[in-house]
Amino acid sequence: MVMSIFLEPFPASGQTVDPGAPCKVDSATPAEIINAIQEAGIVGLGGAAFPTHVKLKIPKDKSVDTLIINGVECEPYLTTDHRVMLEQQDDIFMGIRYILKATGARRVIIGIEANKADAIISLQERAPYDLPVTIEAVKVKYPQGAEKMLITALLAREVPSGGLPADCGCVVVNVATTAEIGRLLPLGRGIIERSITITGPGVKKRGNYLIPIGTPLRYALEQAGLKKNATRVILGGPMMGFTVSSLDVPITKGTSGLLVLTDKESQSTIRKEYACIGCSHCLDACPIFLNPSRMGRLAKFEQYDIMEKEYNLMDCFECGSCSYVCPSNIPLVHYFRVAKGIIRDKKAAA
Amino acid sequence: MNVLNKPLEIRTSPHLKSSVSTNQIMFNVVIALLPVTIFAIYSFGLAALLMLSVTTIAAVLTEHIYCRLNNKESTVGDWSAAITGLLLGLTLPPALPLWMAVLGSIVSIMLVKVLFGGLGYNVFNPALAGRAILQAAFPVAITTWHPAFLADRFTHIPSSSLAWPFTTATYDAVAGATPLGNMKFNHVAAEVSDMVLGMTSGSIGETSAVLILLGGAYLVARNMMNWKIPVTIFLTVAVFSGIVHFFNPTTPTPLFMLFSGGMMLGAVFMATDMVSSPITDRGIIVYSMIIGIMVVVIRLWGGLPEGMMYAILMGNAVSPLLNRALKSRVYGTGRKGGAK
Repeated sequence: MVMSIFLEPFPASGQTVDPGAPCKVDSATPAEIINAIQEAGIVGLGGAAFPTHVKLKIPKDKSVDTLIINGVECEPYLTTDHRVMLEQQDDIFMGIRYILKATGARRVIIGIEANKADAIISLQERAPYDLPVTIEAVKVKYPQGAEKMLITALLAREVPSGGLPADCGCVVVNVATTAEIGRLLPLGRGIIERSITITGPGVKKRGNYLIPIGTPLRYALEQAGLKKNATRVILGGPMMGFTVSSLDVPITKGTSGLLVLTDKESQSTIRKEYACIGCSHCLDACPIFLNPSRMGRLAKFEQYDIMEKEYNLMDCFECGSCSYVCPSNIPLVHYFRVAKGIIRDKKAAA
Repeated sequence: MNVLNKPLEIRTSPHLKSSVSTNQIMFNVVIALLPVTIFAIYSFGLAALLMLSVTTIAAVLTEHIYCRLNNKESTVGDWSAAITGLLLGLTLPPALPLWMAVLGSIVSIMLVKVLFGGLGYNVFNPALAGRAILQAAFPVAITTWHPAFLADRFTHIPSSSLAWPFTTATYDAVAGATPLGNMKFNHVAAEVSDMVLGMTSGSIGETSAVLILLGGAYLVARNMMNWKIPVTIFLTVAVFSGIVHFFNPTTPTPLFMLFSGGMMLGAVFMATDMVSSPITDRGIIVYSMIIGIMVVVIRLWGGLPEGMMYAILMGNAVSPLLNRALKSRVYGTGRKGGAK
């Protein structure tokens, strides 16, 4: 555990939230809306926690015609976005109004997985007539919730290598983030809590919880209850989430889920590693058509330059599909994370 | 101890894993080869049974001993050595002296596989390269065919099988040429239906096209084989030999080409060897077309009646190059990359 500042409330004070100035969608300028989003401390709630005000500030030389609301759960096991779509429709549509104004986009597409018919219907029913919004069902597959994948699925456009969604005329915002914008900005409040999926075979009371940001994992898991054979606590989902070594870390804005695995699942992921047999399953699985097999071999020989220049390593967004399918159990995505880190360090040093 | 206080496990993502593993893929290849193997034993009797057992055991033992001598953990548990041995046996003539077959197994594993780094690192398909070396060393023995469906095949072991090493084998019974040999040297075509079912003579495991395709279909259904390879080879062969046949009707028909010799066994079980075939989509297509064109060229204009083996080995040789030259287009690059 890293020692941090310890805050204690002054005994006599009741804790109250002091709201700032409300930001009204009709009267605010785009710059004011972006500023209000920054003031509210809103970041991407899908898991990446990328600051939303940065994302919505479209560079001057680019223009955005489409706003995509990402209602596709970023990983298996997680269901927070689904809950938000069932419970906060009006917040979502209010959020869309703010984002449309801030980015200058002319139309909105809400992408939802085809197996969430209830969410699709409930949003369709509540959609205001004056909003240029369409709701589209997308195929249920991982990693459909990744920005690049959703853009391609909905618009048949591709984000250029090394570029941003704005480079192909769109901006993608997570549905929970959108709902927070719609809920907080009219009140002038900041983000102090988020909904989190606490689930996995190691949890007794699985479900979605609304938890104040900063709550220690230990406290959250005490409420949900852990089973005796729990071994692995993962922040995020099973494909990209990372394990924690201590439960004394807080829930952050980027914590979309808390997944607890037991001995059983843990054993199924620890298997003997064989040499790559060239089965090409990883090439078929890679959503952006990289060659994980070749890059895995290059990584073992520390050929990071070749990985970057000839095999587009830096485009990898670490979805983990290659590691998932590899029959030889080669930790491919782990190699790529390490390689990307080394390349970035080298560039920073140069 | 309270579960909230016990040490947690630290691993990198993903925390899920598909259940298929390399040794399972290899084991399933063995399963897929079983119908062919059983039919081979049925049609060639004890000769085939002995041959297949000997090549398989020799291959597995060679790899096991090599690992032991090098103080490494034995790798025979991944089943790939067993496949090499079995496949080598299936490509040999039934009454080939067994000592030659053993030599073939040792060469396949030692020279072609483990010296290149073992499973995953060999450039050539071990069974085929081993057979090529046998063909170079014993050109007569490896083209002396044994008749199928002999009456005494389950009681009598051909004396040539048991010939002492480095002696000249005497053959009990010699079949006429294989359908391909007959075609090439005598200009007589066999019935395609006989070749589909496996009624003709030939190497142990190449005679029944139906059972080979059945094994292939099993692997494709389990996502353990790339169907594009055999399909592209078959299409290339059919189109190319069809064009030649159209202009020169004395050449074999495309149907004869597809169902004769090692075409089926080679296209389904050898060319699809994951290690020695390319991994990129376009590489796989070009590789398969090269094999299809080469086999027709060798059969029609080369000195040998059969060309599948050399065609696949040639494909293997260019695989690494194809992987580099024919990469897949990465998302966000090239044609669609800048599109708005």
